[in-house]
Amino acid sequence: MIYLVLFFEFFKIGLFAIGGGLVTVPFLFDLAEVYPWFDAKDLADMIAVSESTPGPLGVNMATYSGFRAAGVAGALAATFGLVLPSVVVIMMLSKLLKKFRDNPMVCSVLYGIRPAVIALILFAGAEVAKLAVTDWETAGLFVVFFAAIHFYKRSPIFYIIVSAALGIALKLGQ
Amino acid sequence: MKQLWDLFAVFFKIGLFTFGGGYAMLPLLQDELVRRRRWATDEELMDYYSIGQCTPGIIAINVATFIGCKQKGKLGGGISTLGMVMPSLIIIMLAASVLERYMHNPYLGYAFAGIRIAVTALILDTLIGLWKKGIEDKKGIVIFLCCALLLLFFNLSAVWIVLLAALSGLACRFCPLRFKRKDGEK
Repeated sequence: MIYLVLFFEFFKIGLFAIGGGLVTVPFLFDLAEVYPWFDAKDLADMIAVSESTPGPLGVNMATYSGFRAAGVAGALAATFGLVLPSVVVIMMLSKLLKKFRDNPMVCSVLYGIRPAVIALILFAGAEVAKLAVTDWETAGLFVVFFAAIHFYKRSPIFYIIVSAALGIALKLGQ
Repeated sequence: MKQLWDLFAVFFKIGLFTFGGGYAMLPLLQDELVRRRRWATDEELMDYYSIGQCTPGIIAINVATFIGCKQKGKLGGGISTLGMVMPSLIIIMLAASVLERYMHNPYLGYAFAGIRIAVTALILDTLIGLWKKGIEDKKGIVIFLCCALLLLFFNLSAVWIVLLAALSGLACRFCPLRFKRKDGEK
């Protein structure tokens, strides 16, 4: 029963892949070796498509792999398997956090991890920046976008749509 | 019922405009959840990210479940996650079956080169806002610098960074440094 296999394999990935979507990639290469669903070369294309379509990368990869392996039901089985461990663990933690929010131990842990998460976001941003800002033109656009975002505070969706249109108009990244 | 629908709709919208990993989603979350709807504070968002960083599963889903649970309990958590994955399910299936040959279209590449610039600028702007709220004092700056150095030179996994920072948070509040200061006051 391929759907159960897909569900189980992606449940495992959801349980052991800790962190961002890219950490699921090595697990997918393992799947490519064990099952006939897709090979390593397909996987490279699948990553490219997942990165250039809306939605979190990890979810896109699971949906794509499931779809490749067994169509629509396969996509659903893989995606459901991927998110189930997260949902269960976070539901339990959420209750605990609500209960112990004012506990001094919990407060000091949170006090310590907030600066860490800022450092992590900074590094994730730097990774995107390396791909985004490649020459003077893109650097100039970056400054303009940053100024606009900082001073006008419109919805991020507005800037994303404008940037896509500008990218096409200026043929960026050619 | 209305609230559940809102949760679904908000996360559907966020899923639809997230390009990349969980961090690319942060500016959208901050705008929708903190600024517009006041469902969470900046501080809570940071907590969810760091906890999501060291628990099973990908961050985007962990944060969606957290917010949903906070608003409407377990059902809310499930509905938010469903909203978050729905755009992926629809679009990837379309991309895989119909659009695969258009994926090499140069215009898509141009659009993404543009989107990456906006996403970088959005993340930077979000960071500036979070800096003021996440780093309370000089000890916070030291923790930040240590984490940044560990990331830069040792390429340490995010799980370890968060765990080490949690320990230093505990140490800052409960360590003998405090007694020293008291001694000084005498």
